[in-house]
Amino acid sequence: METICICCPIGCRLSVKKENGEIVVTGNTCPRGKEYGISEFTLPKRVLTTSVVFNDFTLTMKTNIAIDKKLQNEALKQIKSIYKKEYKIGDVVIKNILDTGADVVITGKLLNV
Amino acid sequence: MKTDVVVIGGGPSGMSASLEARKQGAKVVLIDVESRLGGILNQCIHNGFGLKHFKEELTGPEFANKLAEKVYQSDITVLLKSYVNFIGKNIVYAITPNGQEKIECKAIVLCCGARERTAGEIYLKGKRLAGVYTAGTVQKMINFYGKLPGKNAVILGSGDIGLIMARRLTLEGVKVKSIFEIMGHSSGLRRNIRQCVEDFEIPLLYNHTITRVVGKERVEGVYYAEVDENRNPKPETEKFIECDCVLLSVGLIPENSLLPEETKREKFVLVDDERQTSVEGIFISGNVLHIHDLADNATEEGEIAGKFAGLKALNMSKRYEKVKVYFSAKISYCMPQLINKKEDGKFTIYLRANDNFLKKYIVVKCGDVDIARKFCIGITTGEMQEIEVEYEKIKGDLFVDIGD
Repeated sequence: METICICCPIGCRLSVKKENGEIVVTGNTCPRGKEYGISEFTLPKRVLTTSVVFNDFTLTMKTNIAIDKKLQNEALKQIKSIYKKEYKIGDVVIKNILDTGADVVITGKLLNV
Repeated sequence: MKTDVVVIGGGPSGMSASLEARKQGAKVVLIDVESRLGGILNQCIHNGFGLKHFKEELTGPEFANKLAEKVYQSDITVLLKSYVNFIGKNIVYAITPNGQEKIECKAIVLCCGARERTAGEIYLKGKRLAGVYTAGTVQKMINFYGKLPGKNAVILGSGDIGLIMARRLTLEGVKVKSIFEIMGHSSGLRRNIRQCVEDFEIPLLYNHTITRVVGKERVEGVYYAEVDENRNPKPETEKFIECDCVLLSVGLIPENSLLPEETKREKFVLVDDERQTSVEGIFISGNVLHIHDLADNATEEGEIAGKFAGLKALNMSKRYEKVKVYFSAKISYCMPQLINKKEDGKFTIYLRANDNFLKKYIVVKCGDVDIARKFCIGITTGEMQEIEVEYEKIKGDLFVDIGD
């Protein structure tokens, strides 16, 4: 499988193969690329970011680790239905979303937008 | 009001410039038009920032907060909701919530970023319909206000903002029907094509452009066609696609209209390696100078400009003889264009290629001598390259080339 590494802006061209039951990644220039290549081959994952808008403020948030690519839409639905509450930057909004092991964390709070 | 350094613009470049100027010991005033620091980073809620500068992966607001916290911890005076309407040598006029303010200073750093190219500037044909937006406007609409631009979108141009918005729209439930790119390649980062376009199976058509936008009062669809090598549409290939909004991601233009008229300009504002313009005491950094791929690069450039603006304001900067940087036809531009002949230390030349190259060297020559070489696996037009050069090796004008 040919793919592009998304870990950093360099964007290494990766080639991932299964050889003797082992996944081999070539073309990466750092260990993060190898990890990404393996995960892309077995279960592609992405960090999900979004914003939730309330009457007087907007919260931006992300999943602290990458989650299964196919679960993005479902996770987004759950995030969008959170209740209005006082949050600070870094607070966990949803713990272990959809049993992926990822927490949804506040990245920014915009007042009077 | 009196101060040493005035920094105009509170984005990543402006914040790092203020911090660095303060570090030199100068009194700093930071002015921004918005009600919060961070600039455009606040609306870039996606991840992928900060790997170079902070060595960790951050989203835009987190990146902005990290710098803003440092600014608020220091004794930099921050003027928010303030608009600078004129700058001259050692003077800045700003409209603040308390009225017109005249700020006397010894150095100015301009960090006011760039603006998006609009429909009129690319001669987008058709009527003036509702539903034609620039990609950054839609980004702000969705991320700040939670408003969607329509139900079916097409995107013209494949710059990074356009690609990011393709993903964002899809996740928010807007169908992105197609992305058109007039060139044979994208000017966005490779990883954004992978994670924003290919992940969601959005068609990205190279060598295609929108020929006209049609509709009654709101966009009802666009005609698009393939283009020839001179970027002229081939009429026989024209097709129709239904949509209710068009997003433009067709480039950014440095917003440098504040600079005094006598400032020397070539393709970009002429600066030296300290990021000082031809007007003494006016420094410039970030997207207002040239368009950066990464907020990290703009932050680093802000640090350079801030440092030397601070030193200038405290009368601690030295004068040097300047040499010029020339470059071959394979390169579209080099930054900076002038270099001070200092005794020791290093500086970085940033450059953008005109074409794509595989496994080539970036070479900096001084006369017939190579003074710096860097091997690059892949050089693309979309990605800025950088090469470090030592001051002591400079004997005369420099020549930058891509070769073997």
